[in-house]
Amino acid sequence: MRNALSLLVFTPALGAMLIAAIPTGAEVLMRRLALAVSLVPLAICVWIWSVFDVSRGDFQLVERMGWLPQFGASYMVGIDGISLLLIALTVVLTPIVLIAAADSVHQRFKGYLLAMLMLETTMLGTLVAIDLLLFYVFWELMLVPMFLIIGVWGGERRVYASIKFLLFTMVGSLPMLAAIIYLALQHAGAAGHLSFALEDLYGTHLSPMAAQACFLAFFLAFAVKVPMFPLHTWLPDAHVEAPTGGSVILAGVLLKMGTYGFLRFALPLFPDAMVAASYWIGTLAVIGIVYGALVAMVQPDMKKLVAYSSVSHLGFVMLGIVALNTTGVEGAIYQMLNHGVSTGALFLLVGVVYERRHTRLIAEYGGLWKQMPIYAVCFLVIMLSSIGLPGLNGFVGEFLILLGGFRFDRVLGAVAASGVVLGAAYMLWMYQRVMFGPVTHEKNLTLTDMTRRELATMLPLIVLALVMGVYPRPFFEVMHASVATTLAYASKATAARDQAAGNPAVAHAPAAASIRMREARGHAQPPVGGHAPAGAVAAPAAGHGEAH
Amino acid sequence: MHAAATEATASLPIAVTYLRYIPLAPLVGVLFHIALGYRLGRRAVGLVGCAAVAVSFALATKAFLTVAGSPAGTVVTDNVYQWLSSGEFSANVAFTVDALSSVMIMVVTGVGFLIHLYSVGYMAHDEDYARFFAYLNLFTAAMLVLVLGDNLPLMFVGWEGVGLCSYLLIGFWYTDPEKASAGKKAFLVNRIGDAGFVLGAFTIFWALVDLGQGSLTFATINARAAELPAWASLAGALLLFVGATGKSAQIPLYVWLPDAMAGPTPVSALIHAATMVTAGIYMVARLHGLFEAAPFSLQVVGTVGAATALLAATIGIAQTDIKKVLAYSTVSQLGYMFLALGVGAFGAGIFHLMTHAFFKALLFLGAGSVIHGLHEEQDIRRMGGVSQKMPITHATFALGVLAIAGVPGLSGFFSKDEILASAYASGHTWLWGCGVFGASITAFYMTRLYVLTFRGEFRGDHHEWEHAHESPATMTLPLIVLAALAVVGGYVGVPAVLGGGNHFAEYLAPSVGHHQLGLDAGTELMLMGISVGAALAGIGLAWTMYSRGPKADRTLANALRGLYWQMRAAYNIDAVYDALVVQPLMRASYALWRSVDMQFIDGVANGTATAINSIGEGSRRWATGNVQHYMLTVLAGVAALVLALTLGALIGVAG
Repeated sequence: MRNALSLLVFTPALGAMLIAAIPTGAEVLMRRLALAVSLVPLAICVWIWSVFDVSRGDFQLVERMGWLPQFGASYMVGIDGISLLLIALTVVLTPIVLIAAADSVHQRFKGYLLAMLMLETTMLGTLVAIDLLLFYVFWELMLVPMFLIIGVWGGERRVYASIKFLLFTMVGSLPMLAAIIYLALQHAGAAGHLSFALEDLYGTHLSPMAAQACFLAFFLAFAVKVPMFPLHTWLPDAHVEAPTGGSVILAGVLLKMGTYGFLRFALPLFPDAMVAASYWIGTLAVIGIVYGALVAMVQPDMKKLVAYSSVSHLGFVMLGIVALNTTGVEGAIYQMLNHGVSTGALFLLVGVVYERRHTRLIAEYGGLWKQMPIYAVCFLVIMLSSIGLPGLNGFVGEFLILLGGFRFDRVLGAVAASGVVLGAAYMLWMYQRVMFGPVTHEKNLTLTDMTRRELATMLPLIVLALVMGVYPRPFFEVMHASVATTLAYASKATAARDQAAGNPAVAHAPAAASIRMREARGHAQPPVGGHAPAGAVAAPAAGHGEAH
Repeated sequence: MHAAATEATASLPIAVTYLRYIPLAPLVGVLFHIALGYRLGRRAVGLVGCAAVAVSFALATKAFLTVAGSPAGTVVTDNVYQWLSSGEFSANVAFTVDALSSVMIMVVTGVGFLIHLYSVGYMAHDEDYARFFAYLNLFTAAMLVLVLGDNLPLMFVGWEGVGLCSYLLIGFWYTDPEKASAGKKAFLVNRIGDAGFVLGAFTIFWALVDLGQGSLTFATINARAAELPAWASLAGALLLFVGATGKSAQIPLYVWLPDAMAGPTPVSALIHAATMVTAGIYMVARLHGLFEAAPFSLQVVGTVGAATALLAATIGIAQTDIKKVLAYSTVSQLGYMFLALGVGAFGAGIFHLMTHAFFKALLFLGAGSVIHGLHEEQDIRRMGGVSQKMPITHATFALGVLAIAGVPGLSGFFSKDEILASAYASGHTWLWGCGVFGASITAFYMTRLYVLTFRGEFRGDHHEWEHAHESPATMTLPLIVLAALAVVGGYVGVPAVLGGGNHFAEYLAPSVGHHQLGLDAGTELMLMGISVGAALAGIGLAWTMYSRGPKADRTLANALRGLYWQMRAAYNIDAVYDALVVQPLMRASYALWRSVDMQFIDGVANGTATAINSIGEGSRRWATGNVQHYMLTVLAGVAALVLALTLGALIGVAG
């Protein structure tokens, strides 16, 4: 399969066209077909995983075609371990959302399925694009179906929420476009030909000022998406108004596009600027952890609570990324997956009772365990996954992030650890008010437990939460080499940063790790095309030299 | 005082594959209860629940005998698989049985089995029988992971796992909001400690990385603790101890344990007396090398332990709920164990941990039997004379009281005496004094509890009395076995001065070291005399006072004035914490949400949007609310972007 990635990306869009041809009224057929279509990328992803070479840290399954040759833009796709994991997350969540749609979408059913499938194509496109222009197009196109999902199938204030969502993210990404163009032009000036291919742009020489400005533009685009404090306020509104499936994908995948962007683009393209800003970003991340948790605590609405918990959890991910050591970054990547699984499941669970009672207010519930024991147990497992109980997936990510974050900066690591306490506080408190105590509202006395279909959406996520907590090795094996490559871009800059911080012992940590990784795997490749960045080869040696 | 034994590094480990089944057996039980429990009914659930723990007990015995029968320092290991690996960090799922953990697994599975058996009778009428046994089995599995894990991260799995089960079991009768709240409180207070635990682990890990050996196995930490920079070993030890104060209910995090009594009584016996709450003591003993490398941390451990022992004992005097008395007594006894660790007498701490598991489980189960027999009555002021109706419960409970009070010849005497003697011998005269004083208070409140419950005339209503009955055999049998252990359990550690060989301390020496007291026989006997005297004084005073019934509380209140009511209200610590921590946090959260999120950030954002809108002509179009309209706008926007891009690129090429 030479075009595996293209097949992966465009199958949902092709399927959407097929479904568009089905006349309105044949909802069951549409639903089944949509589910079948969404299972194809899942199967392709399994195949990709099976052929993926975990020992290589460069891009694999690369496809390159001329797109707009006169502008140097090409259709260039490829994956490394980081994008593979996020692709896996996307193709697992989409079928689940399509199954759940039958319960949560009551009008314009076809349109919803189409929007979801188109969304899948754009998300996958964003993850496989390794040409900056192609990436940007997918990145922006991704907004359209999500905007529609909130705006058409959303709640009462859907218009406000969808516009806010659009404004925040658009304002964030426009400067990024300018930066991309600037970067390509700088490269063209030096190399003599215009190119937007990521491999070409790595190592483009920029003046420190220009690099910082470009980094800032990328930062803004990604930070809004994550979302980082204080750019997060679009998120609670978007979640509260979005239909269940929209929330699942928004939290499960879309937010990760921001954190993914930092690893794939911001860090390798502008390593010095990113390293220079790492304390600031780390500080914002930790503020986000604590702030999100505190604000989540006082939310009367379950969905808003989960939304603010995302702000807190994504703060952890950002802390792991800016720690720029293997443990922190790998923990961050794992936590992206965990958050997709557990928060996706939480939104589905909130949807279960919302469909029955048409309210998400915590105060409207109470004593549900008695009425819905299976629901209560599912909720319990997912809640425990979300608060990072060891043995479940969330712990692995959180632990590694905090471990790496603590190495990066003890104070930030320690404050972040308090987020673990607060996280347990708001979740357990909500759980208690919803599940325990006597049934206080008459309407809740007639609640029925989860249906088979609802269980079918929940069980895969519960199984994942367990497996990823007990046996995380396969996931980490996929990412090791890619993380080493990514960190190698920053190793020179991090070594300098840690020297400046008067912590020479830290200086060689990521570099040493990447060297070890290379030695262990024997033949880790430099990034595609042999355009090894200056940092990848020179820095580890330098780091070692300085440290000893 | 000098170390007489060396570390267990000399002999080779015996690699086996059966240790994994020790925690796995109860886990299989959990799956059974969840999948089939409600279908197959109580008999099957009870049988499988007990059998699962029996299997663990059998395998634990095998491991114990292997260690005990091999040369000193032998460890049995079972390396299952690599669990985590990232950068410098890795952790395995690997289990180890050495002298220390062999004692622990025997206690956990042995006492655990008895309590499972007891629960068959105690919970017989509960409709959620299967759920209860699922939790209880899950707890046992988690506790065994905690004890058997050979590294800090794996221990932490068990550490939080037992916390989860504690949460679920305290709130087992969840329809009562108060019980559910107590469960939540236990989990959250423990989480505060757990944050300390992980930060301590991080500190040690990175310091070890800097030494060239990034590992969190107990063997590595203990072996290299002395090489760590002083700040790292001290900070690491103190942070881990914060975790211990949470799990083992010490100042300042003990406040969850008294509330935890909301759970069913077998839970109080198993989790909140015999096993889970001793995890902190086990952890410190497990890491004795680290704590010894930072002597100041041991000072802190000992001082906190002694202070908690005293504080909780004074609260215990004034409680009126039979389980609350036992709860504060547990907090106090755990304080004694930390006192032992703090003066370097790790073996003595573990000795007391074991004897305490016997007599405190016995006392809780006895209390449960009384509560069961008196139709859920827990107020000792409404009891009295119960010995007539419940002879077995009475006799076994009495032995438990004598054991905890430190009456010579019973288990508690030997272990408590060893702690006090060690404190004195190591020069911690103050801690010794606190311990002796605490011992007399312990004897006092336990005697009060015994007399008010079992002696005199029944003070409850007639109806209760007529239906009062001895508990069924599944409940009395565990009482009898535990009573026997509470009596003879101390004879494994009889000190030399009384003609014994202190085999227990010798057995533990390869794991935790063994310090000779270095006291002459005369001094040792004198110390013994003082603590026995203190205990007898407490018993005598309480007996005389409370033979007159609960009105003696008033006499005590008059004697102690305001202090007494403070003691009854547990010094209002909960209210203080609420005012100092919980309320400010909630107020801050509201303020952040309302002012920062909704007013400031959104204000800026919306303001900007409005400003932009009002500039353009299209402001009215933006407000039409027609989604298709917005959609078109977006598409137009994207088209414009692509266009701009193309143009930009063209210019770039041209330039």
